[in-house]
Amino acid sequence: MQNGNNENIGWADNPVIRQRIRNVLYMVCGLLVVADFIVHRHVYMPLEKIPAFYALYGFAALVGVVILAKLLRKVVGRSEDYYEQQGGSDD
Amino acid sequence: MNSRGEAMTNLHPFLPFLIAAILAAFTRGSLRSAIMLAAPLFGGYQVMQAESGTMVMLQVLDLELIIYRVDELSLLFGYLFHLGAFICILFALHLKDTLQHVAGLLYAGSAIGAVFAGDLFTLFVFWEVLGLTSAFLIWASRDERSFHAGLRYFLFQVLSGVLLLGGALWIWWTTGDISFNEIGLGSGASWLIFMAFGIKCGFPLLHNWITDGYPASTPTGTVFLCAFTTKAAIYAMARGFPGTEILIYIGAFMACYPIFFAVIENDLRKVLAYSMINQLGFMVVGIGIGSALALNGAVGHAFNDVLFKGLLFMSMGAVLYVTGRSKASDLGGLYRAMPITTTLCIIGAMTISAFPLFSAFVSKSMVMTALLDEGHWGIWMAMLFASAGVLEHAGIKIPYFAFFAHDQSIKAKEPPVNMLLAMAIAAVLCVAIGSYPAILYNILPYDAPYSPYDITHVLTQMQLLAFAILGVVFLHRTGRYPDEIPSVNLDAEWFFRRMFPAIYRGIKVVISVLGEMGGQAVRFTLGFFLDKLSRHHGPSGILARTWPTGSMVLWVMVLLFLYLILYYVE
Repeated sequence: MQNGNNENIGWADNPVIRQRIRNVLYMVCGLLVVADFIVHRHVYMPLEKIPAFYALYGFAALVGVVILAKLLRKVVGRSEDYYEQQGGSDD
Repeated sequence: MNSRGEAMTNLHPFLPFLIAAILAAFTRGSLRSAIMLAAPLFGGYQVMQAESGTMVMLQVLDLELIIYRVDELSLLFGYLFHLGAFICILFALHLKDTLQHVAGLLYAGSAIGAVFAGDLFTLFVFWEVLGLTSAFLIWASRDERSFHAGLRYFLFQVLSGVLLLGGALWIWWTTGDISFNEIGLGSGASWLIFMAFGIKCGFPLLHNWITDGYPASTPTGTVFLCAFTTKAAIYAMARGFPGTEILIYIGAFMACYPIFFAVIENDLRKVLAYSMINQLGFMVVGIGIGSALALNGAVGHAFNDVLFKGLLFMSMGAVLYVTGRSKASDLGGLYRAMPITTTLCIIGAMTISAFPLFSAFVSKSMVMTALLDEGHWGIWMAMLFASAGVLEHAGIKIPYFAFFAHDQSIKAKEPPVNMLLAMAIAAVLCVAIGSYPAILYNILPYDAPYSPYDITHVLTQMQLLAFAILGVVFLHRTGRYPDEIPSVNLDAEWFFRRMFPAIYRGIKVVISVLGEMGGQAVRFTLGFFLDKLSRHHGPSGILARTWPTGSMVLWVMVLLFLYLILYYVE
């Protein structure tokens, strides 16, 4: 990362620390899936019986949201001064 | 129901704020600060002393208004609004802007007046004051954008007020009873009131005053705005329309569609405005289910939302105040200059994402559990989807783009100490309620024992959130994560900012063209007749000629002859 004043960069811009944070996340995710097979969790509806259902759903939902949002941007995205053009905003 | 005599020992909860607003207008400096902070403290103390069942009547002509009514539901919101008002006022204390201080005090006071209103007319009065005073918090930005956005915002508030008044009058005429209790969707009047509340709840297509108005307000004004109007509407909806099934579907839609807009929105305060509609969706669903657990979840989540959404709006307000920027594409790397604000913002982000030990976890889960209890599996899946979406736009995007992302080398420092203090109070409450939910559960109005911390719930929520974060990392690492680009995304406001004006202009053109064509047609027809007339009756017209007497006699003879023939034929 560029930093105008000095050479030292902030911890959050340090690639080593970034990788460490990601590693912790991977470990947590792994443990949560393992826990799913050890812990007996309550099941209210059939879909929940799928092993690690919440993990799969969380991942899929997030990726789905972002991909759909990118498509939405193609439809509704306009330049920043869209409402200022053509005679300004109307009330 | 207590006697009026005893009730009169209670000051109406609007009065401390009204008095403080009047005094604030004529004072300045630390005296004004003290007066402003005293209003919610004094009012809050009064509400703590208030007993459920108290009512204060006011006779106006032959109308008996219930200007003050205390029960479990109004008390919860009474506590909440005093707490919210204190935090908001503290956050705005460094300002020297009298307009914002006075408007803020009256705004908070009218929200409190609304939740203690026992009849529809009193509710209407506070409902209108709520709309008007809050519009001033938008206009307080004093630029062209906020002027227009404030007008559009105010239009929605007026519309909501008119519907409420119409419904209230209608109910008064048909039943003679104006007390504000459960209404239910039984009549035309109840639909009017339902829509009045719905507008302020941010119903789909009627939500634009939130996403259009809130980001146009001042850094401190938005914090006020996010605390009161929509929560007062949730209160009104919970009292008037609990268990109204259509609310489940409306709420689910509200929870889902804003997340797409929030992902691609560049203005971080507008992201939070979308996020607010998403959270309101959870509350509306809870009201729609209508069970004791679901209603507790709805109003409990409203309570928590004021704190965590307020905290997020405060942190973005602090960033805007310090840097003058609120767009993701202009921000980044502030964590080094603003470590305290960053930490507090992350606490808000973790809370809204509903991590265990944070407050949203203990309230949102009530609505989710109620959905499963009632067998609404489809809606439950949608709400779970929305929960993952919250994590993306409010949990990650807000802190990431403001404080991390690309270092923009912005000169910044921590905001004034009153801002930090207000954020810290909200953050502490988010964690305190999340870690020790009895604080909230003890003041919830309905009887529905619930324990959020069981192994299933904690495990499943952690899986959902951790893997959603993994999803963000995956998108980032593969270059699929959308960049923040300066842009405007068309939403329902397009209808009244572009389509309706375009239709209006179109109609004007059509009318003028038609007018032109019609004029020509009239001129042509008139000309045709005038021409004919002048041909026959003009100076040289056939009918203007002088006729000889002989020819007249001839024609008389012809007529008589014809008459004779007809006579014999018969």
